[in-house]
Amino acid sequence: MLEMDEIQKRLLREVADLHKVPEGAYNIRANGESAGRVSTENIEIEPRESGDGLTIRIKPNTKNESVHIPVVMTKSGIKELVYNDFYVGENADVTIVAGCGIDNCGSQDSEHDGIHRFFIGKGANIRYVEKHYGSGSGSGKRILNPGTEVYMEADSSMEMEMVQIKGVDDTNRTTKAELAENAKLVIRERLMTHGDQNALSFYDVQLNGEGSSADLVSRSVARDNSYQKFDATLTGNAACSGHTECDAIIMDKGTILAVPALEANDVDAALVHEAAIGKIAGDQIIKLMTLGLTEAEAEEQIINGFLK
Amino acid sequence: MLELKNITFQVNDEGSDKEIIRDISLTIPDDKLVVITGPNGGGKSTLARLIAGIEKPTSGQILLDGEDITNLSITDRAKKGIGFAFQQPVRFKGIQVFDLIKLATGTNLSVGEACQFLSAVGLCARDYIDREVNSSLSGGELKRIEIATVLAKASRLSVFDEPEAGIDLWSFQNLIEVFQNMREQIHDSSILIISHQERILNIADEIVVLKDGKLEKQGSREEILPSLMGTASAVPECRKNFVAKEDAQEC
Repeated sequence: MLEMDEIQKRLLREVADLHKVPEGAYNIRANGESAGRVSTENIEIEPRESGDGLTIRIKPNTKNESVHIPVVMTKSGIKELVYNDFYVGENADVTIVAGCGIDNCGSQDSEHDGIHRFFIGKGANIRYVEKHYGSGSGSGKRILNPGTEVYMEADSSMEMEMVQIKGVDDTNRTTKAELAENAKLVIRERLMTHGDQNALSFYDVQLNGEGSSADLVSRSVARDNSYQKFDATLTGNAACSGHTECDAIIMDKGTILAVPALEANDVDAALVHEAAIGKIAGDQIIKLMTLGLTEAEAEEQIINGFLK
Repeated sequence: MLELKNITFQVNDEGSDKEIIRDISLTIPDDKLVVITGPNGGGKSTLARLIAGIEKPTSGQILLDGEDITNLSITDRAKKGIGFAFQQPVRFKGIQVFDLIKLATGTNLSVGEACQFLSAVGLCARDYIDREVNSSLSGGELKRIEIATVLAKASRLSVFDEPEAGIDLWSFQNLIEVFQNMREQIHDSSILIISHQERILNIADEIVVLKDGKLEKQGSREEILPSLMGTASAVPECRKNFVAKEDAQEC
């Protein structure tokens, strides 16, 4: 495929499930440079004039197409800030796969900060998948700070799946969304931290249009000495519905701070939040042990299921 | 065959030792369905948990096919051939019914094979195989799935702790059929059910009565059941334990 080494290919598999060149439009960024870019008739990917990111334009009524824009970094000591803007035409229906993998075998920190902005036209449906993954035995940290802004026009919908299971030392995620009439936003975040990792996740969702809805669910596991903060604010400015849920398993000496917040500025705004943090229930482990699993195997199964 | 020899189990209750199980010796032979009954608080569930290894006896010995398993862990006992169905089945977020059945068999079985175990407990397999074992399932549905996992495990001895608890009458009638079918296919294994339901006692080969932690009576169904009728040890199905009708999907 592209001019990439084996480690880069492995990272690509981890973050984008890519085993070969993806179908449809794509841009693969490796160590700060584009390793390959393809536009299609309906999806145009252009570098920004400033050279620090991409502009992706999806034509109205584009159906069943996909865009892959994964990033892989294998050099120690790289720090980059990238802006990617997505303009999604009316009634388009596409899948966007992003994600970043860092392999750092060196002693210097490697950091990728990606700012994604989505301008979603009327009636468009977007499925967005973003996976983060880190590997490498170096002492340099693997740092990812994703910023996501979503501007949704009337009757549009967006489903975001954000996953970070392994290897990222520090992450500070900020997600902002503004929803017009009948726009629908679904966010599923899955996170596992271990070692001395830190993961911060901030959400600010503004339900501005009548009939808009947001459903934000975070499932996370904090192991070893890791720290997580989940801070989600839903603001209802019209007759709308919103739900936010933080469901977390804590293990070892992990720390989790959940700060769900709701703000209703309209009498017909219906907002709900739930937050639960706890260790794995003893009965769950015992049940799996009665099926022949060891305690460690039972824990692993429970966590895998929880984060599935 | 399972043998309990002089099993005693004590707990420390507010500073003083309390005997929950008192010197019980008991044999569960192969090819038999044995029901342990007796008044509430008599130690029935504790005995089941001692057999599964969830609790360890204060003294005494547990033998499975002649091998001493008293000091084995829950996992090792499961591997040796002890299956256990919880009185209150556990819920798991994210783990699907199929995952649980697959773990129970310890093999990479197909969806089709897993579905057979659900059908065997009267659930419409296609409606449940992908469901998460979470709070979206009713008590009756969970109970049947719990029993399906024990069926899937195919144990030398399968222990069911009060299978009737927390389920509706409709599900209960169905469960009786499930146990009758298990009884018919018992070859070279045995079934132990903790229950005080008359209809379950009616399908037992042997009945054991436990009271105040002691073995009060033991013998064939014909011998024991008549003396239990009308007592708390043999309750007609309409009187106890049942909740309102649930809506488990059957094919």
